[in-house]
Amino acid sequence: MTPRFRLTDSTLRDGSHAIAHQFTVEQVRRVVKALDGAGVPVIEVSHGDGVGGSSFNYGFSHTDEMVLIRAAVEEATQAKIAVLMVPGIGTKDDLRKAAEAGARVARIAVHCTEADISQQHIALAHELGMESVGFLMMSHMIEPEALVAQARLLESYGAGTVYVVDSAGAMTMDDARRRVAAVKAAVSCQVGIHAHNNLSLAVANSLAALEEGVDQIDGCTTGLGAGAGNCPTEALVATCEKSGIPTGVDPLRIMDAAQDAVRQIRPDMGVIDRDGLLLGYAGVYGSFLLHAKRAAERYGVDTKAILLELGERKVVGGQEDMIIDVAVELQRRAAAAQNAG
Amino acid sequence: MSRVPCAIVGSGNIGTDLMYKLQRSPLLELGAMIGVDPDSDGLARARALGIDATHEGVDWLLERADRFSIVFEATSAWVHRQNAPRYAEAGLQAVDLTPAKLGPLVVPPVNLAANLAAGNVNLITCGGQATTPIVHAVARVCDVPYAEIVSTVASLSAGPGTRQNIDEFTKTTSSALVEVGGAAYGKAIMVLNPADPPILMRNTVFCALGDGYDRDRVGQSILDMVAEVSRYVPGYRLKNEPVFDEDLFHTPGGEVKARVVALLEVEGAGDYFPPYAGNLDIMTASAVRVGEAMAGAGA
Repeated sequence: MTPRFRLTDSTLRDGSHAIAHQFTVEQVRRVVKALDGAGVPVIEVSHGDGVGGSSFNYGFSHTDEMVLIRAAVEEATQAKIAVLMVPGIGTKDDLRKAAEAGARVARIAVHCTEADISQQHIALAHELGMESVGFLMMSHMIEPEALVAQARLLESYGAGTVYVVDSAGAMTMDDARRRVAAVKAAVSCQVGIHAHNNLSLAVANSLAALEEGVDQIDGCTTGLGAGAGNCPTEALVATCEKSGIPTGVDPLRIMDAAQDAVRQIRPDMGVIDRDGLLLGYAGVYGSFLLHAKRAAERYGVDTKAILLELGERKVVGGQEDMIIDVAVELQRRAAAAQNAG
Repeated sequence: MSRVPCAIVGSGNIGTDLMYKLQRSPLLELGAMIGVDPDSDGLARARALGIDATHEGVDWLLERADRFSIVFEATSAWVHRQNAPRYAEAGLQAVDLTPAKLGPLVVPPVNLAANLAAGNVNLITCGGQATTPIVHAVARVCDVPYAEIVSTVASLSAGPGTRQNIDEFTKTTSSALVEVGGAAYGKAIMVLNPADPPILMRNTVFCALGDGYDRDRVGQSILDMVAEVSRYVPGYRLKNEPVFDEDLFHTPGGEVKARVVALLEVEGAGDYFPPYAGNLDIMTASAVRVGEAMAGAGA
C-alpha cells in the first residue's frame, strides 16, 4: 500500500544534539543499515545545527560530518540521505560538499520569521540536483497567518516541501493542527511536520497534522534528539499501523532498529525530566538543553533558572552563546546577593 | 583647513545612517548622496538636509568625479565589484561598506594607519567590525589557534542586501578573524532575532587559547580594546568580564585546553535606525573613522 506520508528519520541529525555531536562512523553505519532495512525512505545525517555547525557555540563534531554522510550513503540501499543546513551557520560550500558526498535532500532551516535568508540556498540545492525542503523552526512563536506568509516565500523560492517545525516542543495538539491546516491550505507544495516530545505530544501532534493533510513527518528512533527528544519513529510507525495508516516501514523491524542500533547510544532517551518539560512549557529551543546543563555546572547556577530566563529573552535557535551570557549573569547576581546578605 | 569632499553611493539603511554621521564630521564634507530608487527614503532625507541627492546611480557621480575625493560604497558586494574599477579610474578613494572584500580589510584600532594610502579599503561586515578587534586583542598577547564569533542582530535591522547574501557575511567575517584578527582559523555565525521590542546587537567572541597564555594579560588586553573601540562607537561595551573556561576543546586549529569568551553588546547612536541597530552604527562609525583618517592623511 502506498504510504500516507513520507517519513524522514533524523536520528543522525537531531539526535546529534542529544550526544553533543559525538557520532562515530560505526554508529552511523549501524543506524543507517537498520533504518534502511526497516524501509525508512529518508535518513538525515548532519551536525545537530546542520552542516557547518561544528563550533564552540554548538559543540565540535567528533567526526567530520562529510565522512559521516559518505558512510551513510554507502550503507543505504534504498533510503535517500538528507542534510540540514542553517543559513548563517553553514554556507553554500557546506551544501556543495554534502552533495558531493552523496546527500540528495537539502533541508534549509530558518527561524520561522526569516524565510528570506534561504533563497540562495534553496536555489543552490536545485542547481546541485537535490530535493529542497524549507524548514520553519520555532513555528510555535508565530500565529498561523504569519507562518503562512513565510511558507509562501519558501515555496516561491522553489522549496518542494515546507515544514512546520516545533523546535521547542511547545505546541499543543490544537497549535499543531491550526498551523499545519493553514499552511496546507495556502501552498501547493508538500507540507511536513517536525515534532518534539517535551510536552509528551510528539506522536499525537504528528497524527493531528496527518489529519490536516500533512505529506511528510519527521521522527527520530528512540526519540533521540534535542530537548526531551523527537517524535519516536518506532512509536509513530506502530501507532499508524494500528490506525490503518500505511507508512511503508515495517513496525517490528523499526522497533528492532530502535532497540538494537539506537538505544545503546543514549539509553535514557525518552525520559521527560523537569528540564525537558520546561523547554516545552517555556517555549525554549530544544537543543539548548544540554548546553544549559553544562553551563549550569560550569558556572554553578541552576539549569531551570537559565532555561526560564532564555524563554523570557525570546532567544531563537542559534543563540547558544546567550546561555553563557545568562549563566554568567546569574552567577554574578548570586555573588552580589551573597555579598549583600 | 577646508573639509575633504566625499559622496555616499547607496541610499539604503547603511548609507542613510552614514549620512547623518558625516554631517557631524569636522574633517569630511558630504557633497552627494547617490541612489537608484527615486522613492528612496534616504534620498528624500538627504534632500531635506540640503545635500545633492540623485537616483541616477554611479554615472552621475563619475561625471563630476573631480568634485570629490572619497566615496563611501553602501550598496552590495555585487554592485561594488562593478563600481570599484570605475572609482579607481576616476581617482576616487573608496571606503567599501559591502562585504565585497576587494581592498584590504580594515578595522580602525587594528590596522587603519597601515592602509591609509590604499585606493580601496573594505570594512568587512558589522559583525567583523564588532569582533575582529577582540580577536586581535587576544592574539597580541597569546597564540589564538582558532577564533569564532556569533553576531546576533534584530531582524528589523537586517536589510535585503544582508538577507540575500548571508553567506557573504559569514565568509568575509571569518576571513577577517584570521587576516586582521590574527587567529590561525576563523568561523563566523550570524543569527537574526525577530523579538519585539527589537534586541540590541549582540556579539560573542570565542578565542581558543594556546598553551602558556596569561589570564590577566588576556583579560586586560580585551578591556583595553573595548575602551578603544568605544571611543568611536560609544555604545560598544562588554556585558560581562571576559569569561575563561578550562576544558579540552577540539577546535579546527587543534586541541586547546582553554578559551576566553567575550560577550559584547552594541547600542547604536540612533542616527537613522533606533538604538537597537548597533550593527548599522558600528559600520558607519567605523567608516567615518576611516574617512577622517584618510582626509587627515591628505586624500
